Amino acid sequence: MRQGFRTSMAWLHAWSGLVVGWILFAVFVTGTASYYRAEISQWMRPELRAVQADPVRSAEHAVAFLKTRMPDAAGWYIELPKPEKPVIGVHWWKSLEGPFHQALLDPETGAPTAARDTKGGDFLYRFHFELGMPPMLGRYLVGACALVMLVALVSGIVTHRRIFADFFTFRRDRSAQRGWLDAHNVTGVLALPFHLMITYTGLVTLAPMYMPWGVQTAYKGDQIRFYVEAGMMPEMAAPLGRPGTLAPVGPIVAAAAARIGEAPEGISIYSPGDARPAVVAIFEEPHGLAHLHPQIAFDGATGAMLGEAGTAKAATVTSAVMVGLHEGHFAGPVLRALFFLCGVMGAATVATGLVLWTVARAPKGAQAAGFGLRLVRVLNIGAVAGMPAAIAGYFLANRLLPLGLADRAQWEVGAFFGFWILLALLGALRPAMRAWPEALGLTGALYLAVPVVSALATGEHALAGTRFLGFDLAMLALGAGLILAARKAARRGASALNSRRIPGMTGEEALRA
Amino acid sequence: MSARSVGSRYRAAVLGRVLLAALGGYAVAALATGLLALVLPMPRSEAVVTATLLSFTVMVAVVVGVFAMRSLGRAALLVGGLALPLGAGLWLAQALAGAA
Repeated sequence: MRQGFRTSMAWLHAWSGLVVGWILFAVFVTGTASYYRAEISQWMRPELRAVQADPVRSAEHAVAFLKTRMPDAAGWYIELPKPEKPVIGVHWWKSLEGPFHQALLDPETGAPTAARDTKGGDFLYRFHFELGMPPMLGRYLVGACALVMLVALVSGIVTHRRIFADFFTFRRDRSAQRGWLDAHNVTGVLALPFHLMITYTGLVTLAPMYMPWGVQTAYKGDQIRFYVEAGMMPEMAAPLGRPGTLAPVGPIVAAAAARIGEAPEGISIYSPGDARPAVVAIFEEPHGLAHLHPQIAFDGATGAMLGEAGTAKAATVTSAVMVGLHEGHFAGPVLRALFFLCGVMGAATVATGLVLWTVARAPKGAQAAGFGLRLVRVLNIGAVAGMPAAIAGYFLANRLLPLGLADRAQWEVGAFFGFWILLALLGALRPAMRAWPEALGLTGALYLAVPVVSALATGEHALAGTRFLGFDLAMLALGAGLILAARKAARRGASALNSRRIPGMTGEEALRA
Repeated sequence: MSARSVGSRYRAAVLGRVLLAALGGYAVAALATGLLALVLPMPRSEAVVTATLLSFTVMVAVVVGVFAMRSLGRAALLVGGLALPLGAGLWLAQALAGAA
């Protein structure tokens, strides 16, 4: 910090990366998994089969159900069935502060679905930006970490004087520190455009929350006005404040579908019990990069069409393209796989950076590791092995918990955190040399167990049908990769342990041996 | 820079920079966003979006600047030197918008 620019940036890179690394790793892992959110949800609800659902009848079923649950809600949201999620999703809330309630309905009968109670891929998706905390707190925390990540990326680029050469450099066997540094450089530099893009666009997805000051000064804080003027929302009628009746929603859905040429993906209904409710039909983004959903507003009392969202202009489209890039909805299977790989490399960059921090500060010779170093080591294992183990535990619980269990979805989430804590304890209680191989090996075994347990519990396996073949193969690949990593860690640990017994050898030499 | 060789002065200086980077960086970014949303020559909604998209770049630049400065005092001068004109500009822009 006192010397040159590059030195101060190296310091900033090492420390900013460390303090947010553990959370960023979890954010990267769950975010990467979220590229396959729909597939994960499908796997976690094996009872559901693809059906041809009628959007008009589905919307009517949903409204009938919501009227029994919360007729005086502040808002309802209806997700209409689609091929990868053949159920009606209904959401209702009394206040925008929450709590937000939800249920899944059978599109044929309109009754709650018989599929097992689970949060599916949505849990991992929300964890990606809320960390399982109260939503607002989690979002601020993830936003702060993302900003520090951006600082770490910029200072990391400055730190590299040989950024192009490092593209092709991997001196795995030169020394432990050199190997970890090169691994950090390879994963960091190779996917650097992705890391910069995903971090910046991630901040943009929640920008209205993180940086509301433009809306504050130019619109006196009137967010709705801003969204309407920007073309992100249609103009809606304000509620009258006295009770009334909602017009039948079926004809509204039919009119919206006729207007756009396809059925909407969702229907929002604001103040459904009011004399002037607002109904908005929301459509999937048109083909392309931008995350801009066409929307049509209706008067909920008469069912009359009020208008569509305006046309977004250059800056708004730029912002929407950033959000679109982050979510990757536009991507076909190959590009999505590439995004997934880049996400894995992002997680690997964070993980190798965390390990590198400890390796670079490993005590020389027989000196004992200080408290700070030991703490970082333990947290590294808890984060890097613990997060994948938590997800495997979540999947296993989905197959193993009894179907009739009360609050079943909550128990699955409990399993997620339970496995995480278990791995963190393992990392803290086992001797340093054995902690890594054991934690990684156990996590790998959990992933290998997922397809087996699933086949035994549901009768769905590769020989009985190919419905979940992709999911099973992904689990086996993850499991095999983790076991491989565990064996590597064991060999590295053993050689360092053996050479430590050689008298007079320094720690650095021991690591090199 | 091992734990034993760093004194409490050094620690206080680091803490000062962290606070200055976080709070000062956010303040400068927030003021710049609020000001640009008012003065950029484009439709109101576009100015807000443009200012908001730029805000994270502004904040990162200020954070990097705070840690690159040779001393905490200079870093504080940097943040103050940015925040004051931005704040004055914002006050002026709001006064003019109110008068118009």
